[in-house]
Amino acid sequence: MPDATALRLRLEDLTKRFGTHAAVHAVNLELEPGEFFCLLGPSGCGKSTLLRMIAGFETPTSGRVRLGELDLTVLPPHRRPVNMMFQSYALFPHMSVAGNVGYGLKGMGRAAAVSRVADLLRLVRLDGFADRRPETLSGGQRQRVALARALAREPKLLLLDEPLGALDRGLREETQGELRAVQRRLGTAFVVVTHDPEEAMMLADRIGVMERGRLVQVGPPAELYRRPASRFVAGLLGDVNLIPGRLGPDEPGGTRAVQTAHGTVRAALTALTEGASVVVAVRPENIVLGTEGLPVTVAEATFLGDRLRRTLHLPDGTILRASGRPQDAHQPVGSETRAGFAADDAVILPA
Amino acid sequence: MTWVTRTALVAGLGFLYAPILVLIVYSFNASTLVTVWGGFSTRWYGTLMADAPLLAAAWVSLRVAVLASLIATVLGTLSALALERQGRFRGRGLFTGLVFGPIVMPEVMIGLSLLLLFIGIGLDRGVATIVIAHATFCTGFVTVVVAARLRGLDRSLEEAAADLGATPVRVLATITLPLLAPAVVAGALLSFTLSLDDLVIASFVSGPGSTTLPMRLYSQVRLGVNPEINAASTLLVGLVSAAVLLASWLTDRRGRA
Repeated sequence: MPDATALRLRLEDLTKRFGTHAAVHAVNLELEPGEFFCLLGPSGCGKSTLLRMIAGFETPTSGRVRLGELDLTVLPPHRRPVNMMFQSYALFPHMSVAGNVGYGLKGMGRAAAVSRVADLLRLVRLDGFADRRPETLSGGQRQRVALARALAREPKLLLLDEPLGALDRGLREETQGELRAVQRRLGTAFVVVTHDPEEAMMLADRIGVMERGRLVQVGPPAELYRRPASRFVAGLLGDVNLIPGRLGPDEPGGTRAVQTAHGTVRAALTALTEGASVVVAVRPENIVLGTEGLPVTVAEATFLGDRLRRTLHLPDGTILRASGRPQDAHQPVGSETRAGFAADDAVILPA
Repeated sequence: MTWVTRTALVAGLGFLYAPILVLIVYSFNASTLVTVWGGFSTRWYGTLMADAPLLAAAWVSLRVAVLASLIATVLGTLSALALERQGRFRGRGLFTGLVFGPIVMPEVMIGLSLLLLFIGIGLDRGVATIVIAHATFCTGFVTVVVAARLRGLDRSLEEAAADLGATPVRVLATITLPLLAPAVVAGALLSFTLSLDDLVIASFVSGPGSTTLPMRLYSQVRLGVNPEINAASTLLVGLVSAAVLLASWLTDRRGRA
């Protein structure tokens, strides 16, 4: 239940330079209270550095980190009302599970701390494991101990660095659901760093995509998927066809025409100016084979059970990928047809 | 293993340990002559226990070794923490050189320079000067052992503790030092053995009434070897080996933890 006093995290022009290299460049971001936010990007894009600046392990070169009215930038890590779950979990090997979870509860009465630890272990379904040592636990159990420990001090904001990175596939999916459930139950804002787009889309209310130190686009998963702002974001979130062309003039009806080498296509409105070199980005599932669109040859068809993947060749050999329901496939391999798409299902991006 | 490597191994180990083995065997010799076997006896261990100057020297050595290794352990651990956890402070390179210098410096030089220092500042030579001298050259060894462990210690453990509200002092006391403990103890034991069998440096900085065990043994050997020295040396070898084995066991165990 999001509580009324929940505080907003605000990053203002946050920058971190290592020498001349800007690991994080002028990031501005405001989080909603109780939001599940994912920072998504390839390794080395600065997402972990950004997270470590919020936790206090890296000092920003410039910019501020604020939580409500509180300026976190000047506080050392141990005085920030923010907790972090580490990628390696960082469980203290010389302490029991209860010792780990209760480490941050110093200053609370002993009895209160014991009952809080018990509550937390119940929350992550580890009751009965209090006296175990971390090394005797499985990967998934360690992950849950780390989560319980990070939640012990009731942080205003929980930071999670690749929380599922060390788990194998089956466990990951199960744990994703659990993480989401815990977050909903507590109403704490979560900031998760991940390089896995599927994970980000499954977990997050909003995703922030980072590319070479910059936060390039922020939005709900569906919006980022349907309306990417760049080729990078389009490609990061899933398979995409990029058709190069030249942008035509404004048209009535909220679409723009793009002249490609094989004909004119229409896509959603863009702020780019007429004559610009652009690419039209279309997801494979939005390509419709039929009587409209660009001339193509069906080069290959792969049956995947729930869908059929087809590889199409444009006359100049450019490859397009289409994905559709198997029962809608009426064009055998080798046949010539046309590949079209609704203008609303395509976006125009700078080339 | 082929016969070549096996022979090489036996020859190598024999070269290293045969003299010590001979020493130990002859410490149980009943004869007064060192080189003539007169049957098994523990009489020289009895003689040893009645040799007051030798026992006094052993007592000096023990006190020096305990004090010197304590000081070296504290200083060495602190300098390891400074090197591995303080980032790139000014003069870090110089500091590293100064800490590790005594490890590679010839003992004669350390002894001589300390002797000149003690004379220069008017410090009377005795147990205290030997303790200072030994602490000086042992500190570097402790730093090496502890710094190696610290480098292998996951930084995020300390960060996690700080993240959970622990002050830097609490992080040190509850996370860093407990995880470093095996290396700290190993460093202490190493210092203890280094101090216990040092002859060169102690000879320079000792004074009247502060003869260490190795000094005592050395001066007796110059008057002629007798089986009593074999017995004393055997005990010394035993003590040092025990400390070294314990230290390497601790180092090994923490490596796997």
